[in-house]
Amino acid sequence: MKKAKMSVAAKKEERWAWLFVAPTMLGLIILNFYPIVSTIYQSFCKTGDFGKGNIFIGLKNYQAVLVDPEVWQSFWNTIKYAIIEVPFGIAIALVLAVLLNKKMIGRSLYRTIFFVPMVCAPAAVAMVWRWMYNTQFGLLNNVFHTKIAWISDPKIAWISVGVIGVWSIIGYNMVLFIGGLQDIPGDFYEAARIDGASELRQFWSITIPLLSPTTFFIVQTRIIGALTVFDLMFMVMDKTNVALKNVQSAVYLFYQYAFTNGNKGYGATIVVVLLIFIMILTFILQRVEKKWVYHN
Amino acid sequence: MIESAQKKAAIRRTCKHIFLIIMACIMIVPFAWMILTALKTKQESISVNPFYILPSNGWHWENFATVWKSYNFLILYKNTLLMIFFRVLCAVLTATMAGYAFGRLKFRGKNILFAMVLIQMMVPGQIFIIPQYVMVSKLKMLNTTFGLVFPGLVTAFGTYLLKIGYEGLPKELEEAAAIDGCNVFQRFSQILMPLTKSSMVSLGIFTAVFAFKDLMWPMIVCTNSTTTTLSAGLAKMQGQYGSEYPTQMAAATLAILPMVVIYVIFQKQFVEGIATSGGKL
Repeated sequence: MKKAKMSVAAKKEERWAWLFVAPTMLGLIILNFYPIVSTIYQSFCKTGDFGKGNIFIGLKNYQAVLVDPEVWQSFWNTIKYAIIEVPFGIAIALVLAVLLNKKMIGRSLYRTIFFVPMVCAPAAVAMVWRWMYNTQFGLLNNVFHTKIAWISDPKIAWISVGVIGVWSIIGYNMVLFIGGLQDIPGDFYEAARIDGASELRQFWSITIPLLSPTTFFIVQTRIIGALTVFDLMFMVMDKTNVALKNVQSAVYLFYQYAFTNGNKGYGATIVVVLLIFIMILTFILQRVEKKWVYHN
Repeated sequence: MIESAQKKAAIRRTCKHIFLIIMACIMIVPFAWMILTALKTKQESISVNPFYILPSNGWHWENFATVWKSYNFLILYKNTLLMIFFRVLCAVLTATMAGYAFGRLKFRGKNILFAMVLIQMMVPGQIFIIPQYVMVSKLKMLNTTFGLVFPGLVTAFGTYLLKIGYEGLPKELEEAAAIDGCNVFQRFSQILMPLTKSSMVSLGIFTAVFAFKDLMWPMIVCTNSTTTTLSAGLAKMQGQYGSEYPTQMAAATLAILPMVVIYVIFQKQFVEGIATSGGKL
């Protein structure tokens, strides 16, 4: 019935629409959908000798991954990195955004400076920080007259790498926060000022709750971003670095297995486990969002 | 009473600026140190006693020229530029078309197809990499620009961004054009597409910056130092010039300089492009 009712114009429109979405959908199927299925299949396989062929081995990779202390350690390292990057990157950015939201001298210059790391290749940024962290000749140890092994002492290397992550992301988070702050109507603050609320009080009672959708969005994207960190670890940590085991992230380990050691099956298993972990976390965050985020 | 309140405000303002200046210094120091090291001799860079902040032995600008030549930066720039150009072109072209269809047209299967787009956006990209690599290698396209561009031929995120852009345009525009006898394609190309320019620019900048920053994919598909990008080239260089810090820092400077200069010139578009794109994700 419905089909018969479709006018010639509507049919034409539909044909155009399919034509327009065709490249994207075809691309997504080849570049994304097939790869998801293929990666999951790969995780049930082992790579044959000389890197040729896939031999189906069932759940063996998963059994191995779940008892592999290196994998557990790498997931723990990834979480530790996230525990530094996400809260500090967000808290500092929020303070900067609140300070820079009002008109003041040098506002745009500050913003420009804080945002620069966002357009820099992490590979270059990591190289520079690695040089600053250098135990013998580095800037930090020479300026502070210390002899700290910033990136080769397993106890502190993860913090040092986390600091680079925070430094890199502050500007981006800040700009997102400024966007959110501009959506808060000015009369809220006006009313609070008339009631005699201090600036700090205004921050806690108006800014924080009304900014919560933005904050939540940043938290969610940054958690996923931090859990898939790779570039910093790869560039900062030498293969011979004794602290590597305590810093390498899950994606770093995935890269090593899939592309350096030629064990794609094991690499695929690690990345599938990471995907499941992220999906569970996203699900939990969505639940939390309903409870904590302020909706009009 | 009023005077003390003014004093308080002045103190608060000063504290604010001090905090901001300290933060700004923390952001700048790594860059300053990178450039200062790049201008030193190797001996100076690894001398501790005395410890030189500024180059003491003349400013060795020739370090840049040496790295430029010895590492063939011209080719790295060319590869990176080509990759960015084609990724931006493909992303904007396909996302504009699909965004228009999803945002303005009625067709069967629209909801299911759009759900497919959304799912892509939520999955971390690392899960695609092994099969994408296998495809590129089967196509014998390793170490080519096509290989570098391959994962960016289409974009789920861009499609979503442009869909929102098209949805935001007033309905009357199209109705008037339809009465005038414009067909779907004319309505798209002549009336609506020009109005989504800002979304297209945002997507273009977003795509360019993230393509420029990407490290893992170019390292995997372009293992050759003449076919790879700036990011992956740096990774190779770090291995080669292990303790030649001035060389490393000169290379790092050359790698990030073009993007930083472009950013400073087109600051507004950059911040808007990255933040509005990121904010809508």
